[in-house]
Amino acid sequence: MATGTFRVWRGERGRGEFRDYATEVSEGMVVLDALHDIQAEQANDLAVRWNCKAGKCGSCSTEINGIPRLACMARLSDLPLDRPITVEPMKAFPHVKDLVTDVSWNYAVKRNIKPFRPREPDHPDGTWRMAQFDVDRVQEFRKCIECFLCQDVCHVLRDHREHDRFAGPRAFVYVAALEMHPLDVEDRLEELKDAHGVGFCNITKCCTRVCPESITITDNAIIPLKERVADRHYDPVQWLIRTLRGRKEPA
Amino acid sequence: MTERDSRAYDVLVIGAGGAGLRAAIAASGAGSRVGVVCKSLLGKAHTVMAEGGVAAALANVDERDGWPVHFADTMRGGQYVNDWRMAELHAREAPDRVRELEAWGALFDRTPDGRILQRNFGGHAYPRLAHVGDRTGLEMIRTLQDHGIHRGIDFHMEVTVVRLLTADGRVTGAVGYERERGRFLVFEAGAVVLATGGIGRAYEITSNSWEYTGDGHALAYEAGAELVDMEFVQFHPTGMVWPPSVRGILVTEGVRGEGGILKNSAGRRFMFDDIPPLYRDQTADTPEEGWRYTQGDRNARRPPELLTRDHVARCIVREVREGRGSPHGGVFLDIAWIKERRSDAAEHIQRKLPSMYHQFKQLADLDITEEAMEVGPTTHYAMGGVRVDAESQMSSLPGLYAAGEVAAGLHGANRLGGNSLSDLLVFGKRAGDHAAEFARGNPPPRIDPAQVEACERNALAPFERASDEGPYRIQRDLQVMMQANVGIVRNAAEMEAALEALTSLAERARKVGVTGHREYNPGWHTALDLPNLLLVSEAVARAAIDRQESRGAHFREDHPAKDPALDRTRLVVRKSEGGMELRRVAVPPLPEELRRIIEENA
Repeated sequence: MATGTFRVWRGERGRGEFRDYATEVSEGMVVLDALHDIQAEQANDLAVRWNCKAGKCGSCSTEINGIPRLACMARLSDLPLDRPITVEPMKAFPHVKDLVTDVSWNYAVKRNIKPFRPREPDHPDGTWRMAQFDVDRVQEFRKCIECFLCQDVCHVLRDHREHDRFAGPRAFVYVAALEMHPLDVEDRLEELKDAHGVGFCNITKCCTRVCPESITITDNAIIPLKERVADRHYDPVQWLIRTLRGRKEPA
Repeated sequence: MTERDSRAYDVLVIGAGGAGLRAAIAASGAGSRVGVVCKSLLGKAHTVMAEGGVAAALANVDERDGWPVHFADTMRGGQYVNDWRMAELHAREAPDRVRELEAWGALFDRTPDGRILQRNFGGHAYPRLAHVGDRTGLEMIRTLQDHGIHRGIDFHMEVTVVRLLTADGRVTGAVGYERERGRFLVFEAGAVVLATGGIGRAYEITSNSWEYTGDGHALAYEAGAELVDMEFVQFHPTGMVWPPSVRGILVTEGVRGEGGILKNSAGRRFMFDDIPPLYRDQTADTPEEGWRYTQGDRNARRPPELLTRDHVARCIVREVREGRGSPHGGVFLDIAWIKERRSDAAEHIQRKLPSMYHQFKQLADLDITEEAMEVGPTTHYAMGGVRVDAESQMSSLPGLYAAGEVAAGLHGANRLGGNSLSDLLVFGKRAGDHAAEFARGNPPPRIDPAQVEACERNALAPFERASDEGPYRIQRDLQVMMQANVGIVRNAAEMEAALEALTSLAERARKVGVTGHREYNPGWHTALDLPNLLLVSEAVARAAIDRQESRGAHFREDHPAKDPALDRTRLVVRKSEGGMELRRVAVPPLPEELRRIIEENA
């Protein structure tokens, strides 16, 4: 059986080092399997998050050979095993231990987004009617498994550390899902522009490339949101109408 | 001696899957201060993996459906040892619970006239499962999560509860540890809702993640509450079998609901070979009729692939044992064949089963629109659990509630697909409502410091031991042993051997040592999960030995028939001074109205 070497980041709260572990490689294995083997046999206290092991929960986000991805979906057969495979924690969040980071900021950001607010029910029995076509439009965003890899790769967070002024791609996918929800009547454009800083995104599309759910984050979520903000705030005709009417117009 | 933090709540919910979140929303809606403990991060609990759908008799697709039919289907699936009152409440209330999710933002697939679409599933007479492609669980947990975070609920992420606290004959709180810092957290609580899910990690091949170590079962048992139906463990018929690293990962029943068929190595549709008497009148005579059923023909009967999970799993085991299995020890599940019937087959499969398509493409290099999958049974769900009152979900310990998979009763000897997601909504809400009421109506809880200290000492003991016995090896040995001796096909000799093996595994677990320190140390966490796994394994084995018949998910090759004398018998397990005590209790007689419903829907 073949052997692979895994160069795993070990350490706490930002301090640490890479350590090499050799482990056997069998057919179909993913990086998470190798980490589990290392944990069971060589390093019982190796910290790594995981749950479903099927790409559905978004827990095992790491950086493998420098690329942010889910360890449970990273097939060893797709990686060059002739040299060590590096496995590191995500960089956009505070480090906790080994491969685990503190992702609680993402949860705090979400809580600051105005929740779903439906229109009045269509029928007296309290239910709504929606076309599959309208539902399909947002299902792409609702596929998000909250792995936060898009946040990790985004240079506004990763390099410029604008966590206080920029909500990040995951948050924009969430806002897009709400804004384009067939029943939602809430208005989130002001906070999108100010508190969530959608303008910081300069459309490098890194988030789209790392998304394990293949959500077209930039094109389908962020750009339409930017356009809505621009329409309201920077379109002279809209501005004139608003000024004349003396109030803000919903998008 | 140890660092600890403490919190006080009216209602403490342990577990943040669908049942826990729904309970927390209910309790906070009733005015309680609510804390929720998640073993992992919020939104990662096993509900996220549920695929096929949530069962509710909305009657949007077939107006012949209604709560009585759903009730009768659930009872038949459970082989009539269900708690019939739970089955009734579940069938009556599931439609409202599903519609409520829509009001909170869930987006289900639609019928042509814009209502919630429903699909076929095993054991359900009519298309009944509201769904979102094959990622219904994600839609549900995200809806509950996103609704719950705005309701003033405290979420404690990555905290594991290791003991319930009791005083004055009731539950008064719990002790947990924070994964990140390794510190203890003491919860004072007027009422506690267990929503910890299942026990799948007691087995080698399972669809369950590392979290499902029977924590709630063990917490309840150790605190003096009763467990029931522990012999009934559901082995889902279709888990992945190849490659080895993905063995056990679930393949949704939705594949069969959309027309997928099971074949052996000779290409034979073996499910037609053995149709149980209870389902003969409801099952298609020919492949043609079965196909029509999956495509919505209301006059056709369901194909045998959509018989109940216990039966399908056993048929697969039979094919494999008799040498007609697939190359890697499963059978073939073929959805690609539908291209003979639909010109848009590939597109249709990708639209209705997108995550299955990607799962096989990415993990097994297999295109399910072109080739058959290899599948075999995987440990999936515990029908057994904490014995609860049907109306309130309270256990035999006052103030302690249980909902979802950790509670028992609704599913009897076998759960129907789709009934789990509806279970956790209906009974999550009930548990939350009643827990809030209990907390309000009783004096403030008292915490016994001696219990807290004993618990902390116990939890830290593995650090003190210089031992060459690590936790992972013991867990692995337990899983292999349970799979071999208390699995799908059982007999007395193997299960007696299992009890002996459990004694020696428990001995090893008492000596387990861990390395490293308390901060985010999975070795330590695994060591702390071991006693729970051992306990639920013993409960399963003891109940399975006692039930000398075959019923639902419990199959005894030494007693292959159903014993009418056990038709109304359930097995209760509780802690006594001499160890685990097992006794039989009778299911109360069905009221006339429900009996008639079952007869009318036979």
